[in-house]
Amino acid sequence: MSDPAVRLCGLRKSFGGVHAVTGVDLDIADGEFFAMLGPSGSGKTTVLRMIAGFEAPTSGTVELGGADVTRLAPFERDVNTVFQDYALFPHMDVLGNVEYGLRVKRVPRAERRGRALAALASVRLEGYERRRPGQLSGGQRQRVALARALVNRPRVLLLDEPLGALDLKLREEMQVELKSIQREVGITFLFVTHDQEEALTMSDRVAVFNEGRIEQVGTPAEVYERPATAFVASFVGTSNLISGEAAQAVLGKEGTFSVRPEKLRVAALGDPVDGAEHSATGTVSEVVYAGPATRFVVELDAGGRLIALQQNLQVSSMDVTGLRGTRVRLVWQRRHEFAIVP
Amino acid sequence: MNLSRTARATLWAALAGGLAVIYVPLLVVLLNSFNADRTFGWPPTGFTLRWWAAAWNSTGVRDALWTSVQAGLGATAIALVLGTMVAFAVQRYSFFGRDAVSLLIILPIALPGIVTGIALNNAFRTVLEPFGVGLGMFTVVVGHATFCVVTVYNNVLARLRRLGASVEEASADLGADAFTTFRLVTFPMMRSALLAGGLLAFALSFDEIIVTTFTAGAGVKTLPLWIFENLFRPNQAPVVNVVAAALIVLSVVPIYLAQRLSGGGASAR
Ligand SMILES: Nc1ncnc2c1ncn2[C@@H]1O[C@H](COP(=O)(O)OP(=O)(O)O)[C@@H](O)[C@H]1O
Ligand SMILES: [Mg+2]
Repeated sequence: MSDPAVRLCGLRKSFGGVHAVTGVDLDIADGEFFAMLGPSGSGKTTVLRMIAGFEAPTSGTVELGGADVTRLAPFERDVNTVFQDYALFPHMDVLGNVEYGLRVKRVPRAERRGRALAALASVRLEGYERRRPGQLSGGQRQRVALARALVNRPRVLLLDEPLGALDLKLREEMQVELKSIQREVGITFLFVTHDQEEALTMSDRVAVFNEGRIEQVGTPAEVYERPATAFVASFVGTSNLISGEAAQAVLGKEGTFSVRPEKLRVAALGDPVDGAEHSATGTVSEVVYAGPATRFVVELDAGGRLIALQQNLQVSSMDVTGLRGTRVRLVWQRRHEFAIVP
Repeated sequence: MNLSRTARATLWAALAGGLAVIYVPLLVVLLNSFNADRTFGWPPTGFTLRWWAAAWNSTGVRDALWTSVQAGLGATAIALVLGTMVAFAVQRYSFFGRDAVSLLIILPIALPGIVTGIALNNAFRTVLEPFGVGLGMFTVVVGHATFCVVTVYNNVLARLRRLGASVEEASADLGADAFTTFRLVTFPMMRSALLAGGLLAFALSFDEIIVTTFTAGAGVKTLPLWIFENLFRPNQAPVVNVVAAALIVLSVVPIYLAQRLSGGGASAR
């Protein structure tokens, strides 16, 4: 197998007394669309900046394609960054911005013009070559930043919350587009986001960050269906934990367990439960009608609470809102409950 | 805001009064430089360019003008170099005493000119004279530079604050080394701030008289010094008036341009 596009070993970074990154080990394969997901302040940007070369690690190493680049300056590394605020050059037009990387690498004028125009075409910005960044909308600036980085054909493209400044509709459009651009160019994308839905829908694999370290790495399905820790369970999707005495009473075992809300079925108290299923009785304390689905908050008799998400296949808002206060049985497949690190 | 009619009228009157106090005397100087009447009788009896021609032909005025330009250019050059370097140091690096440096740079503009003047005069005579360097053009340039640095410093600092460091990081990220980044990104975005700071510095130097009095030796006569010397010679009065009018124009133009450059952010944003 070839060397990973990016390999981080024991990476740490402290700013004075602030420990921003506290030990990150990670391999990212060539051609992967990889997301770093985590709440604000969890160290994602700092990791990205160490890969780009803007920050020197306190300890640990950064490898790109098998070569140790920890001590190299940013301009000596074969990576390019799409900055959170885009950082376009305000005194150059769009074409000047996109050509910049080729210009400083002394690519002949004709070739760099051709490549820059092709990069602008790939982000659907033909006809904007002579505009200044100040004359573009947020979404267009984002595309220029992307083209400016892609035109250099780096080994790895680093993107720091590239869609964060866009409104919801544009963001969803750009998610699809980014994904297809990545498939087209075949470059490794390393993507930072605090939006779990964005991470799950776009990436091949996700690393979930918390307090400067990685809690779990896996495919979106793995991270979502089988969260390894309580933090992942609550940050990716809705936290639905059964622990302590409730675990003893309901599941007959010790520990902390997670079940995703959509895996729970809201049944009548007397409904039958088969051998492959677990169930718990409780009282509905809250009913939230949300169009295609309804969210039930159920206080368990054994202690704790679970949230169940039910598709509104037959019901309408008129039916469900009257269910508050009723006694129900929550039923789920045993294979959908997972032990997690509390 | 909802102001009563009288309150609004009062404010307008105050504004008009304030501006009149400042600008009517300047206007009178300008008009009198074209006044045909040698004693500046009012209203002017006729229009003449005689005084302007006389001023132009006066070697004293020409020499003084040239001296002022030299002093202004020298002080501006020093201010550009020092002001830019200090602004970069203060904005980009944190070091012990950074706030103190910032204050020390700004202070000379607030210090009374006479204090700066006496202090510089003493310093130059005790430090430079033993080396055979007397008061002269060099000491005037250094004296002016002390208060000119601040205009460049302020302009460059404001620009650096607004730009942030991320465009420079973007440049490095795209493969440019530090020198290339400075040449293609930092300097071009800095240019109008440097020009604005330099113009202001030149304007400050050009009409300075107090510090100049204390730092200019016998041989150096700037335009303001020339005016002061000839102010009370009745036969020179019309020429003094012309020089004053010229000074007004020469100081206003750089300040107007500087305002446009530092305020008009369209090109730099
Ligand atoms: N240059 C810096 N100086 C001091 N603290 C910093 C610096 N950069 C980041 N930090 C701190 O490091 C932590 C992680 O920040 P960051 O990597 O930006 O997180 P994220 O991108 O996940 O929001 C935060 O507590 C932040 O305040
Ligand atoms: Mg961040």
